[in-house]
Amino acid sequence: MTPSNSTTAEGALPAQDPHHGDHHAHPSYLVDGTTIKSWLLTVDHKRIGLMYLGAVLFFFLIGGIFAMSIRLELLTPGPTVMDAMTYNRAFTLHGIIMIFLFMIPAIPAAFGNFVLPLMLGAKDVAFPKLNLASFYIYMTGALFAVWGMLNGGLDTGWTFYAPYSTHTTTTVAPVLFGAFIIGFSSIATGLNFIVTVHTMRAPGITWFKLPLFVWAAYATSCIQVLATPVIGLLMLLVIGENLFNIGMFDPARGGDPVLFQHLFWFYSHPAVYIMVLPSFGVMSEIVATYSRKNIFGYRAVAYSSIGIAFVGFFAWGHHMFVSGQSTFDAGVFGVLTMLVGVFTAIKVFNWVGTVYKGAVDFKTPFAYFCGFLFFTVFGGMTGIALGTTSLDIPWHDTYFVVAHFHFIMVGATIMGFLAALHYWFPKMFGRMYHEGWGLVSAALIILGFNATFIPQFLLGNAGMPRRYYDYPERFQALNVASTAGASLLAFGFIIIAIYLTHALVYGRASGKNPWRSKGYEWTSESPPPTHNFVGPQPTYPEEPHFYVDPKKAEVPDAV
Amino acid sequence: MQSSAHPAGAGPVPRLAGHFASLEVQNHAARLGMWLFLSTEVLLFAGLFACYACYRFLFPEAFAEASRSLDLVMGTVNTVVLITSSLTAALAVHYAKEGKNNLVALMFTLTLVMAAAFLVIKGFEYSHKIHDGALPGKYYHYAKIQTAGAPIFYTVYFMATGLHAFHVTIGMGVLLWLTIRAVRQKNFGPNNYVAVELGSMYWHLVDLVWIFLFPLLYLI
Ligand code: HEM
Ligand SMILES: [Cu+2]
Repeated sequence: MTPSNSTTAEGALPAQDPHHGDHHAHPSYLVDGTTIKSWLLTVDHKRIGLMYLGAVLFFFLIGGIFAMSIRLELLTPGPTVMDAMTYNRAFTLHGIIMIFLFMIPAIPAAFGNFVLPLMLGAKDVAFPKLNLASFYIYMTGALFAVWGMLNGGLDTGWTFYAPYSTHTTTTVAPVLFGAFIIGFSSIATGLNFIVTVHTMRAPGITWFKLPLFVWAAYATSCIQVLATPVIGLLMLLVIGENLFNIGMFDPARGGDPVLFQHLFWFYSHPAVYIMVLPSFGVMSEIVATYSRKNIFGYRAVAYSSIGIAFVGFFAWGHHMFVSGQSTFDAGVFGVLTMLVGVFTAIKVFNWVGTVYKGAVDFKTPFAYFCGFLFFTVFGGMTGIALGTTSLDIPWHDTYFVVAHFHFIMVGATIMGFLAALHYWFPKMFGRMYHEGWGLVSAALIILGFNATFIPQFLLGNAGMPRRYYDYPERFQALNVASTAGASLLAFGFIIIAIYLTHALVYGRASGKNPWRSKGYEWTSESPPPTHNFVGPQPTYPEEPHFYVDPKKAEVPDAV
Repeated sequence: MQSSAHPAGAGPVPRLAGHFASLEVQNHAARLGMWLFLSTEVLLFAGLFACYACYRFLFPEAFAEASRSLDLVMGTVNTVVLITSSLTAALAVHYAKEGKNNLVALMFTLTLVMAAAFLVIKGFEYSHKIHDGALPGKYYHYAKIQTAGAPIFYTVYFMATGLHAFHVTIGMGVLLWLTIRAVRQKNFGPNNYVAVELGSMYWHLVDLVWIFLFPLLYLI
């Protein structure tokens, strides 16, 4: 347990709780214990959240370097900067790092850990030690994966499709084992959140007074808990196959590679919602805060998270339209896929309804919300199109699919991640960043993202297959455009890294609630003290996104 | 949940972690967490059951034939052993609630002995099969059954029973730890038995999985 001493902390921003002015200042979680050990062995959800944040940012950087190397290679046809085998390894590592090490833990494990208990008025998550363990499990898995990558790497693509993955001589087993271990971390976090939401809500916070981010995190956790074990088993089987030739997916021994695909997508399709649902949750918070309006259709937004999580389990077959699936199956999976679109649309309409006639405060997180809306709608629409078998057959495994899933999954998730980073930055560190630079980099990133992936839709539509090292001359112009866009994107990230680091040290104090948000997490100090709240347990008489009293219809004063 | 030292006479009470509102909430959280964890375990095996179903559908004859090659006597004995061990584990919870720590330790010891017996019998079965050459995949050279798909049966068999045996081993570790606590600290009682309850729940899961594996692999 982190000791909760109440000595005045030097260098900490002063606590601003008026009721406790006469007591000792309560040190913020950042300075309550400054030794390395007090960080590495902490069970404080906020510190664990920060450690996750550091880790996922690091992996994002590595994944991003691989991404740039892929784009560089595709700048010209034929060999450009690397040989074909290196290219195969680069896109595989890019995919694995981005998916398993960045996108899956990014929002839930970093921001979820930080704000979820605060939003519930709880002192911590239900199982703080499990929470810390989950971080170290994640790091252990990452170590295995990185070790495998340094010792040869692998060339299977992040999907590890059998029977290739079971026979390639590259280092599949350690990386798969790493992913297997990371699965446990994901399960532990999900389990912890579910139990936390069930048991740790402060008096007054009923299910329908939960902030929408909590609903999204809850739905995400359900997917994590229900889908991850299946891929865990699958990874064990592939490791067995790769090392001992157990024959489970080997057609020569009666095994069925299509079974691999079923088990793989049974996890990996829901996994795309593990990545994107938390981002939906962040956006629900942000749209209400910066429109200064109560969220339109709270229950619809809450239920649609559960709806997406639920139907997400029955849509996996859309990845297998070309695997020899029967027309009937393809039809069923097509329809189920469209249902995901319906639930997503419910959210989109409610967000737009919230902004409508709101008093919009166009801050950096709101800029990301705008980008997010575009990526989600555009990516989702192309998803509906892909859900139609007749269209998916020509598009399958082309750059069109790459562009689709980058738009929806990467676009929406990155927007959510960056929005969360900017929105909760003052909460986490008690400091403000430079708003102008925030907006500039948001514009760069949204532009860069479009410039990177819109050409890829066109490339795919023109027939360029994914995962190819070489391409005919006629695809070059679009590839150059895509690489140029990627550079813009990278540039945007560099700017963010600079001004946020600067803000960490020199940023002016943010005060308790710089956005005048009604979110529950802002009722505590910024940064919060170790056990989140000073004094008696806070009460929650109002709804979480209660900006406008529907009867009086006036904007209440800042708190 | 460790219990802290308690003054003599004041009945053992588990420590309330600082972030929980009350002991009830803490116990509720522990049970809910365990149920969720057990569902993930069920889902882990569900993946293997899906493989089983798929390959049984593809190779009905080979599965029927290979299934008959398993030792029904050993399998049945093992099933009885495991079900009995679940009973003693359940009794341990019963005694824990009554604060009879010695009986808790006794019941868990019986459970552990049966678990060990289960693994020994399983070991005999494995060595017979290995001797016959009925191994998964590449190592399959069982002369008696050459029907297409038989190697896959043994792949499923070894993966499923192997994963189950691994769970038995983990479960034994958990029960051993509880036994030691019952003997050394003697602090299970009406207010402090959740740990015993959760340990037993885990053991019931191990049992439950076997109750599915046994008919699928040995009987049908
Ligand atoms: C909302 C978040 C979504 C995410 C994160 C996501 C992610 C992905 C990913 C990763 C793939 C590529 C699989 C591969 O490696 O081949 C993919 C493909 C696909 N997505 Fe989505 N998707 C989302 C929404 C949708 C929606 C709303 C639909 C349809 C309504 C959809 C339909 C499809 C289809 C049909 C494919 C298969 C394309 C193919 O394999 O040829 N997706 N999606
Ligand atoms: Cu999918």
